[in-house]
Amino acid sequence: MLLEVKGLCVNYGRIEAIRDISFTVDEGEIVTLIGANGAGKTTTMKTISGLRPVRAGTVTFNGKDITDLPSYERPVLGISQSPEGRGCFVGMTVMENLEMGTYARPDRKSKAVKDDLERVFELFPRLKERVNQAAGSMSGGEQQMLAMGRALMAKPKLLLLDEPSMGLAPKLIQQIFDIVTEINSQGTTVLLVEQNAAQALKRSHRAYILETGEIVREGSGKELANDPAVKAAYLGGDV
Amino acid sequence: MQFLIDNFWALTITGLTLGAVYALVALGYTLVYGVLRLINFAHSEVFMYGTFAALWVVMFLGGKAGGGTGQVIFWIAMMFVAAMTMSGLIAVLLERFAYRPLRKRNAPPLIALISAVGASFVLAEVMGLREKIVAWVGLDDNLRAYVRNSRNAVGLPDIVAKEPVFTVGGYAVTNVDIFVIVGAITIMVILDQFVKRSRLGRGIRAVAQDPEAAALMGVNRDRVIQVTFLVGGVMAGAAAVFYLLRIGITRYDAGFLLGVKAFTAAVLGGIGNLRGALLGGFVLGLAENYGSAIVGTQWKDVVAFVLLIVILLFRPTGLLGESLGKARA
Repeated sequence: MLLEVKGLCVNYGRIEAIRDISFTVDEGEIVTLIGANGAGKTTTMKTISGLRPVRAGTVTFNGKDITDLPSYERPVLGISQSPEGRGCFVGMTVMENLEMGTYARPDRKSKAVKDDLERVFELFPRLKERVNQAAGSMSGGEQQMLAMGRALMAKPKLLLLDEPSMGLAPKLIQQIFDIVTEINSQGTTVLLVEQNAAQALKRSHRAYILETGEIVREGSGKELANDPAVKAAYLGGDV
Repeated sequence: MQFLIDNFWALTITGLTLGAVYALVALGYTLVYGVLRLINFAHSEVFMYGTFAALWVVMFLGGKAGGGTGQVIFWIAMMFVAAMTMSGLIAVLLERFAYRPLRKRNAPPLIALISAVGASFVLAEVMGLREKIVAWVGLDDNLRAYVRNSRNAVGLPDIVAKEPVFTVGGYAVTNVDIFVIVGAITIMVILDQFVKRSRLGRGIRAVAQDPEAAALMGVNRDRVIQVTFLVGGVMAGAAAVFYLLRIGITRYDAGFLLGVKAFTAAVLGGIGNLRGALLGGFVLGLAENYGSAIVGTQWKDVVAFVLLIVILLFRPTGLLGESLGKARA
C-alpha cells in the first residue's frame, strides 16, 4: 500500500470539510475521488500534500506516518501534486516552472533530471516548443500540461492530480486523460480528483465517491461507472 | 529655474547618489512585501542600525583623516562587513520575534503592520537611549566613546578625502560620488541575478507568486521568508555605508525620513517589483534635487511626496507595475 488515509478529519475553522474518511492507494494504481463541488475532494488532496492541518486521523505514505510532516518535506518522499487551478508560476518561464519541480530533489543536479525533462517533453511536446515563454501567457490547456509536467519533474512515486480537466475543451480533456493513463503505465501511481466522472471512472482502477465530506461508495472504476445510482448522480444518465 | 539650469549636473550627480541609497533600502521593502504582503515599517531601523555599525567599526579601528590607500580600503571594507552583518541580523531578528509569531497564529495583516510600527519605535529608542542602557548594565566606562550624547548626531571620521575625479558641466564629480553610484548598481545587479538564478532566489519568487504551489514544490516558506529578510537587511546595510560616506553623520532617528522615502521609492516603482524599486529610488533622488532647485530646498520632502501622489494617480500600480511574482523573468 503506497498511501493510506485513515479516519481523516479536516476543518476550516469550525466547519468540517472532511469527516472521518479512509481510503487507500496501491502502488501502480490510478485511483479517483469523485464528488460534487464542496464534497471535500480538494481538501483531501491538499491535506495529503500537507497544506491543511489534520484534526484527527492519519496519513501514511510508503509505510511512514506523514500526518504532521511539513508540506515542504513531502515532495522529497515522493508526493507531488498538480493543484486545482494549476498553480503555475505565471511570471516564470516554462523552463523555470519545470525546474521548480526539481526544487526538493536531492539529485537535482544530476543527469537524471535531464532524462526526466526529456520524458516530460515527450509527454507534452507543446511545452518543449514554449520553453522560454512566460507561463502566464499560455492557454489554460498549456498551463495544465505545465502543472502536470512540473509535478512529474519531482519524480514522484505518487502523483496527485486535482481536476486536470477543469475548464478545458473536450478534445483537450481526452488528450489529458490519455496522458494520465500513459504516465501511469510508465509506473507512476496516480490519485485523481475529477468532476468529469465518466472519463475518470473509465480510466481508473478504483474509485471513491465523496459526498459532503464523507466517502459514500467505493469500487472498481468499471463497477461504479455501471452503477445506476452513480450514473444518475454523477454521469448525467447514460455514459 | 535658472538655478536648476546652472547646477544641472551637480543636482544630477548628487541626486543619483541619494537615489542609489533610496533604491537599496527600497529593495528591502519590496522583497518583504513580495513574499509576505507586509510593509515592514521597521526596515528603516534596520538601515539605521547599519549606519551605526559602520560608524562604530571605524571608531574601533581608529579610522581618521589622512590614512593611506590600503588603510582606507580596509576601513571601508570593514564598514560593509559590520553594517551588512548588523542590518542583516536585525532584520532576521525582527522577522523571528515581531512577525513570525503572528504569522503562526494567523493574525490579520493589520496586526502585523502594528507590530512593524511598534518594532520600529522600540529599535529607534533603544539606539536613542543607548547611553542610559549601557550605564544600566555597567559598561559605560568601556563604551563611553560609542554611546555618549546618544540623542545627538554622530559624525564619521573623515576617512575618505573627497577628491574631484573629473568635471562635468562645471560640477566636479568626486571619488565618493562615483563609488556610491557604481557600488550601489553593482550590488543591485548581484541581487537581481541572485533572485533570478539561484535556487533560493527562485524559491523567493515562487513564494511571492503562489505560496501554496511553492509548498507543493517543496519550498520551505519560513526559510524563504527568513532569507528574504536577511537579503533585505544586507542591502540596507550596504545602503547605510553609502549613506554614511555621502552624508557623514547619523542619528538614532536617521532611519525615519530615509525609510519613508525608500518606501515611497518602492511604491513609486511598483511595490513587489525589484527593478521598480531601483527605478523608483533613482527617480525619487533626481526629482527631489531638481524639484528643490526649482521651488526651494525647504520643499524637498514635499516634492518627493507630491511626485508619489501624481504618479499613483495616473499609474496606481507604480511605474513598472507588477509584483515580484508576476514580473517577467
